[in-house]
Amino acid sequence: MESLRGSIRGGVVKRAEDPRFVAGQGNYVTDMRVEGALWAVFVRSTVAHGTIASIDTSAAREMPGVVGVFTADDIPGSMPAVVRSLGEAAPRPLLARDRVRHVGDPVAVVVAESEREAVDAAEAVWVDYEVLPAVASLDAALAEEAELLYPELGSNVVAEGGFGPDEDVLADAEVVVTAEMHNQRVAPVPLETSNALAIPRPDGGAEVWLGSQAIHYTRNTISRALGIDRELLHVRTPDMGGGFGAKINCYREQVVVVALALKLGRPVRWHEGRAEGMLSMSHGRDQRQYLELGARRDGTIVGMRWSVTQDAGAYPLDGAIMAELTARMASGAYRIPALEFRWRGVVTNTTPVDNYRGAGRPEAAAAIERMMDLLAAELDMDPAEVRRRNFVPPDEFPYVATTGERYDTGDYAAALALALETAGYEELRAEQAERRRRGDRRQLGIGISSYVEVTAPGGRKDWGRAEVTPDGVVIYSGALSHGQGHETVFAQIASDILGVPFERIRFVQGDTDYVVRGGGTMGSRSLQMAGSAVTRAAEAAFEKARRIYAHNKEAALDDVVRFDDGRIGIAGVPDSAMSILEIAALAADPANLPPGEEPGIVVDEIYEQAEATVPFGTHISVVEVDIETGEVEILRHVACDDCGRILNRMVVDGQVHGGVAQGVGQALFEHFRYDADGNPLTGNLTTYLLPTATTLPAFEVVHTETPTDQNPLGVKGIGEAGTIGSTPAVVNAVHDALRPFGVRHLDMPLTPARIWEALRAARA
Amino acid sequence: MSPQRRAVSLVVNGQRHALEVVVHHTLLDVLRNDLDLTGTKECCAEGECGACTVWMDGVAVNSCLVLAVEADGRQITTIEGLSREGSLSPVQQAFLEEGAVQCGFCIPGMVMSAAYLLQNNPAPSEEEIREGLSGNLCRCAGYKRIIAAVQRAAEEGRR
Repeated sequence: MESLRGSIRGGVVKRAEDPRFVAGQGNYVTDMRVEGALWAVFVRSTVAHGTIASIDTSAAREMPGVVGVFTADDIPGSMPAVVRSLGEAAPRPLLARDRVRHVGDPVAVVVAESEREAVDAAEAVWVDYEVLPAVASLDAALAEEAELLYPELGSNVVAEGGFGPDEDVLADAEVVVTAEMHNQRVAPVPLETSNALAIPRPDGGAEVWLGSQAIHYTRNTISRALGIDRELLHVRTPDMGGGFGAKINCYREQVVVVALALKLGRPVRWHEGRAEGMLSMSHGRDQRQYLELGARRDGTIVGMRWSVTQDAGAYPLDGAIMAELTARMASGAYRIPALEFRWRGVVTNTTPVDNYRGAGRPEAAAAIERMMDLLAAELDMDPAEVRRRNFVPPDEFPYVATTGERYDTGDYAAALALALETAGYEELRAEQAERRRRGDRRQLGIGISSYVEVTAPGGRKDWGRAEVTPDGVVIYSGALSHGQGHETVFAQIASDILGVPFERIRFVQGDTDYVVRGGGTMGSRSLQMAGSAVTRAAEAAFEKARRIYAHNKEAALDDVVRFDDGRIGIAGVPDSAMSILEIAALAADPANLPPGEEPGIVVDEIYEQAEATVPFGTHISVVEVDIETGEVEILRHVACDDCGRILNRMVVDGQVHGGVAQGVGQALFEHFRYDADGNPLTGNLTTYLLPTATTLPAFEVVHTETPTDQNPLGVKGIGEAGTIGSTPAVVNAVHDALRPFGVRHLDMPLTPARIWEALRAARA
Repeated sequence: MSPQRRAVSLVVNGQRHALEVVVHHTLLDVLRNDLDLTGTKECCAEGECGACTVWMDGVAVNSCLVLAVEADGRQITTIEGLSREGSLSPVQQAFLEEGAVQCGFCIPGMVMSAAYLLQNNPAPSEEEIREGLSGNLCRCAGYKRIIAAVQRAAEEGRR
């Protein structure tokens, strides 16, 4: 690539953001100190489904420090629809008006001088509910005569769709494998919960600080919900303690906090507690899948049929239409000549389901990779071989799958080969055979997952700015890093292009006053879109500097070059060269400018990518299953990911590590559960198990690099790959260990109890 | 009724503070809200995540589970007290070197647990490091580099 000539690209550059974090100097919303700020605490529904008979706030109003208690009568209005096809149907009121639809639904809000006083007063608000039957599962929601969450819709099915030919997609199959799977509900659990701090301004607007992956979208949501001109809202996200998709859509509570600040004329802040956040922050996954995969006896796939039912939870957010993303990945890494996909999104009396790392795509990979193993088992083929026989071959890119998705570039067999080699596949199979032969209590399982992913699936446009001043360079980005390391990687890009030391580059994001526009960070889009915009902006800034230099030195533009040390000068005359910062000083004075040039060196660029990109890879998990207890230990996890060109290996591998951890969590531990009445059973971190330092292996991370043709950097997304690739590898590994015992398929999470039960049933 | 208060004296990062605290407030509340030491994070407030880890009389504790009145007369060390005169402690430096940080929210607690571990066991095995950090959740980074950072700090400490 032409523009990135510096030596730091592709190498390991330590992160610029880390010194403040290790010193405890990170600046998160809850760390901010604002004089005179009031605290908001929400009163939440304790029933899963019901109508509100009355709300008694009188006792709470008398409590010490209480400034006010507010209900839907005081703060009316609803959130703008997330699912546009629903229009104004199935509204999500800011505070529940007459009906509550899940445990945790906000009913009222208490504002007090201190957080503790607000907490105490919230407990003194009495809400009288007429309890309705709860539909807390897909079965309950789809039953005949089911209670309806939105009676006006006449059904709990709020969205549906699909595609497929008229003919039977399995007509040519010599063998058909089928399975019903549940990709279970999980909680995103960023360590920092949701929050907001709104400071009213004299002009009737507000400065709003909150943890958000997409501040412009959040600003527009607040503006629409409250009917305030968006120019009056200055929305900012400082450091943020994780999001994982759950901080893309704006929360009702955040809008209410802004409404309160405007109403009371004082700063108002809120942050949810963990147990509260387990119910009010959106959940992920929860998709039931019925799959049929048809093939010839030689392992060649002829067709596949998907039937997907997605639990959307109580309010239709992106979860209601999540299966559309699953559908885009329904062909996996394989040539599938005939494909049918039908889906429904269903509301239930549970926490709304929304985006969670991968969002619809891990669900696709989990299903298709499990089906590939079931096919391999049916045909008694090696699971690696059945994959090789069906991969989209390298010479067919760009490839358009039967899903309609365009696959940009790839070499799937190469990634599989590298993963197998790294794992030592043949030796592992030999050890497995030996353990099986001797009836070892600890059986070995080897699981393969050859995934593709669709990154930057939507919103393929973003903004960047390069501003060169005599003191240094400022890079502005429309993405919103919250652990992904943009502060480092985007500065690397600018440093390479502008020839300015890394230390002289400052990074600005997360501020709607300075960042003109931005799509935020989601869908593994940041480097592709905002990174490309920054690249183009820096390149244009460099060109402008060249023109200004040429004008001042009365040189022909063609003779003005960049020297190896980054300075700009006349070819062959290094003594004449100037740094771009020195040229920026010249550029400030109009007298030094060529005709038609604006003073200064500030360039804005919008980069629009024509298509999504399709990273890929193979993960191999090696597990030991104790067949007496059902316990699973992951011995090794090899991740071979191809995200196109790698700009910073440390950052890329970090994304893989975290993604794999979350993928393993879903495979083995995590499951957000409700009882039949819609009461949450896993509403804190004692009952909802997350991976810990003792439960994860040391991952082995390798890469192939197949650049994309979709952006100037040649990069694809990497933020979600680990989550997408790892889960099926672990699940397949456990089933591989259990295969001699006649256990065909178990749903996640693969807990010891579930495995033990299955082994016991299989023996009986 | 106004909440009951009690006078306590805390020595935090070597500095003595005489405070009137509400009896049901935790050490975490007091550190963050009364003393403005916001490096210590609140995450689960029930002792499951370790984000609020500090040292009390040299022992790592979840400050969300310690009432401020229980800390009366004790020596408290927070993340702000670990780096002295602007220079990072070896554990903090090792976290930087290994690229162990992502969103950063768990890191102060993680560093406090790691430093505590190394103080008591200067040459821990990988198993012991994992055990020592098992009370600290990280949702971003998958622990691999955090463990490597502790190993690096241990090696540096033996030189």
